[in-house]
Amino acid sequence: MRHARIDRWSRLDSPVHRLHPVAKVLAALGMLVAVATMTKPVLHLVAVYFAMLGVCVLAARLPVVRMLTGAAVVLPFACAIGVVSILSGDPNRAIMLLVRSYLSSLTALLLVASTPLSELLGGLDRLGAPAFLLQVMQFLYRYLMVLREEASAMRDAAASRAGSVRILEFKKAAGAAGVLFARAHTRASAIHRAMVARGFDGRMPTFRPTPLLLSDAIFAAAAVCAVVAARLALK
Amino acid sequence: MSPIVQVRGLRYAYEDGTEALKGIDFELQPGETVALLGANGSGKTTFALHLNGLLRATSGTIAIDGLELRESNLKEIRRRVGLVFQDSDNQLFMPTVLEDVAFAPLAAGINSTAALAKAWLALEQVGMAHKAGKAPWHLSAGEKKRVAIAGILAEEPKILVLDEPTTFLDPPGQRGLAELLSSLPQAKILITHDVPFAARLAEVAVFFQEGRIAAKDTIPTIVRQFDW
Repeated sequence: MRHARIDRWSRLDSPVHRLHPVAKVLAALGMLVAVATMTKPVLHLVAVYFAMLGVCVLAARLPVVRMLTGAAVVLPFACAIGVVSILSGDPNRAIMLLVRSYLSSLTALLLVASTPLSELLGGLDRLGAPAFLLQVMQFLYRYLMVLREEASAMRDAAASRAGSVRILEFKKAAGAAGVLFARAHTRASAIHRAMVARGFDGRMPTFRPTPLLLSDAIFAAAAVCAVVAARLALK
Repeated sequence: MSPIVQVRGLRYAYEDGTEALKGIDFELQPGETVALLGANGSGKTTFALHLNGLLRATSGTIAIDGLELRESNLKEIRRRVGLVFQDSDNQLFMPTVLEDVAFAPLAAGINSTAALAKAWLALEQVGMAHKAGKAPWHLSAGEKKRVAIAGILAEEPKILVLDEPTTFLDPPGQRGLAELLSSLPQAKILITHDVPFAARLAEVAVFFQEGRIAAKDTIPTIVRQFDW
């Protein structure tokens, strides 16, 4: 249900939600570049970036704890690589990896939780992102839902017959994954057929983008300047 | 009056050679509603998918409002024939109800303002305007069906083809849908196993049997003849 929840958050009303998607994408991009190019674990700088994101989460009226825990979803993967760095005698690298992963994840989560997908895609389109990539994003979003629904239906069916899905053996679970993808493919084909029936010709139609206001441009510029200034001041 | 749908000698075989349609002749008059009855696998849905050009016939011809179905006019044919699928979840793929209903007008190249106006009108027609900002997957089955129909009405089709429209609907939802459909002026083809529902909307039924039309008659006669 996670992405249904994020979808619901993205349709809240707040000063951050009302910002133009292009402004939000540029601000997020600034933060991501700054975070990705951090080389040393400077505590003050990390704290400032974290505070900036925290202020935005509050201004967007998003649930703080859920946002912070939601962003932590990347940590198990980062930890796995971090352990390798520690074992190879480079603990600083491991720390930086965790910090960068978490801040990047929080930035991306904040962007998608404060911008409805269609507006986000429209913003990326306006910034020149390839149309094909945007289509893949849109379909991925829709088909993730399909996959989740199919998985949920299969789990319920298995539980109703087996009493609990936990008693399924690994081999059966592996077989179930195959069936899940086959079912999801069938479902996805049905969705594609419905799209074609309604005139889909390979390009997703978009609404005319809303104009970028001066306040949006000021926000984007201020956000990028703040990120860069913090980086220069707290090296 | 010339028929709005005219099908002659339609045959279709799947890639494995199985013949799904074995020479279908069919006509639908403007404003008429016809129910397609028959067992599962008798060819009803396969036939319906041909009307929108989603499947291409092995042989035979299809004309929609005088326009013969060809690759070159598929877009216009699809605008004229609105197909409402059995599972609304497959039909609703945009993030919000409004965007979903506006999909077809936008895909047809209409500008955003006009597309939105058409979408609002269609949503009002099916009584779903108050759900415009909702995500489609948060709706009930009946609401999804109404939104799916709105998505088709926004194209302003001349013919509505509805595949098992009462699936997943509770009795009040079915009654509401029957009232909605009877208020729409388009010619309709109803594929259904729900005989009472078909009888509320259509006087005539066509009975499919093993890829052929076995009979065309009033619904009570068909029900008696085939013990349906």
